[in-house]
Amino acid sequence: MSAQSQDTAVSTGRITRALIYLVLLLFTLFYLLPLYVMGVNSLKPLAEITGGNMMALPQIWTFDAWRSAWSTAQIGIEPTGLKPYFLNSILMVVPAVTISTIVGALNGYVLTKWRFRGDTWVFGLMLFSCFIPFQIVLIPMAMVLGKLGLAGSVPGLILVHVVYGIGFTTLYFRNYYAAFPTELVRAAQIDGAGFFRIFWRILLPVSGPIAVVSVIWQFTNIWNDFLFGASFGGTSQPMTVALNNLVQSSTGVKEYNVHFAGAILAALPTLLVYIVAGRYFVRGLMAGSVKG
Amino acid sequence: MGFLDIRNVTKSYGAVEVLHRVDIAVEEGEFLVLVGPSGCGKSTLLNMIAGLENISGGEIAIKGRVINGVHPSKRNIAMVFQSYALYPNMTVGQNMTFGLEMHGVPKPERDKALAEVSKLLQIDHLLDRKPGQLSGGQRQRVAMGRALVRDPDVFLFDEPLSNLDAKLRVDMRTEIKKLHQKLRTTIVYVTHDQIEAMTLSTRIAVMNKGYVQQLGTPKEIYDTPANVFVATFMGSPAMNIVPATVRLREGVPHAELTDSEGQTRHLRFSQPGLAAWDGRDILLGIRPEAITDPEGADRKSGNIQALPNRVGVTEPAGSDTFVTMSLSGRDIISRMRADVNVQPGQMFDFAVNMEKAVAFDPKTEERIAP
Amino acid sequence: MTAPATADFRTRLQDWLPKMVLAPSFAVTLLFVYGFIAFTVLLSFTGSKMLPKYDFVGLDNYRRLFALEHWHIAIGNIAVFASLYIVICSAIGLMLAIFLDQKIRGEGFLRPIFLYPMALSFIVTGTAWKWFLDPGIGLEKVMRLWGWESFTFTWIKDNDLAIYCIVIAAVWQTSGFVMAMFLAGLRGIDNEILKAAQIDGASNWQLYRRIVIPMLRPAFLSAFVILSHLAIKSYDLVVALTGGGPGRSTEMPATFMYSYTFTRNQMGIGASSAVIMLMTIAAIMVPYLYAELKEKK
Repeated sequence: MSAQSQDTAVSTGRITRALIYLVLLLFTLFYLLPLYVMGVNSLKPLAEITGGNMMALPQIWTFDAWRSAWSTAQIGIEPTGLKPYFLNSILMVVPAVTISTIVGALNGYVLTKWRFRGDTWVFGLMLFSCFIPFQIVLIPMAMVLGKLGLAGSVPGLILVHVVYGIGFTTLYFRNYYAAFPTELVRAAQIDGAGFFRIFWRILLPVSGPIAVVSVIWQFTNIWNDFLFGASFGGTSQPMTVALNNLVQSSTGVKEYNVHFAGAILAALPTLLVYIVAGRYFVRGLMAGSVKG
Repeated sequence: MGFLDIRNVTKSYGAVEVLHRVDIAVEEGEFLVLVGPSGCGKSTLLNMIAGLENISGGEIAIKGRVINGVHPSKRNIAMVFQSYALYPNMTVGQNMTFGLEMHGVPKPERDKALAEVSKLLQIDHLLDRKPGQLSGGQRQRVAMGRALVRDPDVFLFDEPLSNLDAKLRVDMRTEIKKLHQKLRTTIVYVTHDQIEAMTLSTRIAVMNKGYVQQLGTPKEIYDTPANVFVATFMGSPAMNIVPATVRLREGVPHAELTDSEGQTRHLRFSQPGLAAWDGRDILLGIRPEAITDPEGADRKSGNIQALPNRVGVTEPAGSDTFVTMSLSGRDIISRMRADVNVQPGQMFDFAVNMEKAVAFDPKTEERIAP
Repeated sequence: MTAPATADFRTRLQDWLPKMVLAPSFAVTLLFVYGFIAFTVLLSFTGSKMLPKYDFVGLDNYRRLFALEHWHIAIGNIAVFASLYIVICSAIGLMLAIFLDQKIRGEGFLRPIFLYPMALSFIVTGTAWKWFLDPGIGLEKVMRLWGWESFTFTWIKDNDLAIYCIVIAAVWQTSGFVMAMFLAGLRGIDNEILKAAQIDGASNWQLYRRIVIPMLRPAFLSAFVILSHLAIKSYDLVVALTGGGPGRSTEMPATFMYSYTFTRNQMGIGASSAVIMLMTIAAIMVPYLYAELKEKK
């Protein structure tokens, strides 16, 4: 006996199947097109783009645009390339992801295993914060960061991303721990383990998959953020803001090849994560939308 | 004062009281079973003993020490859960000694206790496995082992056999009984299965709707149920309950009933006290095994009454044959020998052992006799 | 002989620890989300310009906001963008999901390709499409070089059509994700229902229209909620792709709010536009979240 197949039981005729494959192929090209355009043109000299065909492979293969985007391109007024901004992003993302995931794990643990009156309301309020348009908090946030002396600094951005990230991380861990038998926690209580010990010894060892989901989601979101970076980045702007400055700069010739190389550089970390751990990325997306 | 005292304990959620003034004194070495349908409050009571739920009123004491508000781990109890609640990331050995570790017991002692208990339960060959690699019965043993290792004052069992298949459940039941006879530990055991309650316990508390309906030995509960609920909940098939009228005939109380043909029948009671109910309605309770064919009737009984009636359905069950009939408009089940010769639709002389009959007040449903 | 019936210290501590652990997060949420919302609402009733002032002007900002042609453009754009974005994403997502569900060879290869744009920043997406749709170097030029001399594609430079460029890029980014949601829904449908419908004589078309698609209602609802909230929040994509231009033709509420607050020093009006955005999203999210949380209880 074979296991129950997940595939549909619907059967289709040959012509229909051919059409389906054709449509899928067209969409594959559609989704790959921008990546191809960016990749190919970042490896050409500028003249080949302005004078030639965007879809053609490079006649002269060169990494000059990449080198320029990384270390010499004009970002704003400084010819620093994207390198310092890339570092800013790393310095911002690593602590923000770590803190928000740890806090989310603890919150999820409390909200499922130590339930109290009104806990659903507390969670609901935290959950709604994931979905607010962040424009609504921009003005007071700018003022608070100023008061705290964190305006325009990496710690300021870390604070912002932690604050607006814990809603999602709490959601992940809460849904995950909800499926974890509460009897285990009770057994551990009778065995004499306290609040933190139960978390550390009983729940944490089985939290691997959801921790990966949470880390990937937070990493992608924070790395890709533009609004907060542009509003509060000041002199410590993250990669996305720098890329936008590079592309939008109105001075001099438009170095398309450098723009494309920069775009790929900005996309590379999240793309790598997606390639390495795509399964968890999709799980995070789904958990964030279908809260079942 | 008992070993485990439950004094006037109540439990309420907000304004709703779900457990009303429970009063039970458990002696050392007793096996108390809390039995009742789901939602009757039995698990709530167990969790309150364990300290997993707050006590709203009254107090619970173990060995004379009131444990209200004491952390579960400091009550010197151990609990076996319905789902076994084995920590999935730890080996069997680690699972069993986790509690000792938390209580700061040194490693050599832990290992010694583990060796003893695992040998007793015949799981010493499983100690390095993870719970995921065990069968249902093995997990059950590990869960019990985890409780035993602690050597607590009181063992709490929360429906420990309900996740096992029928055959294994019977085996484990015997196993638990043996263990209790050997170790003489004090046990409080929650189940909804009345057979488990009857076979395992030294005393049973039958619960319904937050009240203890009756507290007594299995025999007391079975033979003299306090009310209609206990009578019908304990025993399978359930006790037959028939409306009847008490009639004095020659000064002796009889139960007046109508058979399936519309004929009035009289069955003599063995309880003279029912004379006071002359002319009044009662509910007559008769267990299926007290209605038999004439040859199968209990020879030691001093009051077997013949009751000719039409046979409804016969259900051969292997060891017995269940035969139904109609009395006063109710379906009555009788339990006969397997090889009894009865055909549906025929008239048959049922033999009713009226010594085992119970009478209830139809209004309060409380027992009035015996 | 009986000990007092009060909880010992450790037990009481254990009772309070969970709440103590959750409290900072909750406090931060109350302050940084709900406190800030309250503050922004407050600002929207003041005459704040470059810095917050606390002179109350009643509904003045809202009146002025809705009198601004700029805001009308933004509202009109978001209406067009959101409806097209949601409809097209759902349609493409559903189609791809149904197609991928037909025991397609190489599904494991195609699915990640459809989904990867979701891992990219909108800024990257914007940059890629900005130059691809640019007539000077992108699609138009490519087509002409390939021999289609009369081909023109200047939407991104066109006041009326630039908004559709944003739709294209946004659909490119998210439709794969919608596909994944629908695919999960399709895989959750019991195959025996499909078999029963086929025995009942339903054609494939009828099968999907009458049985399968109605059963995907939860997935449609989730897709709608997620897409609409993404649409209203869309800021980065507009900035990267068109910068709100040409002129103001692709201005959206999100970009409007930013420019009025931080570059035009009209903080009161900026705040009131943010309040309108929040109310729109709340009207969609609150009932949805409420239903989700209530069900779970």
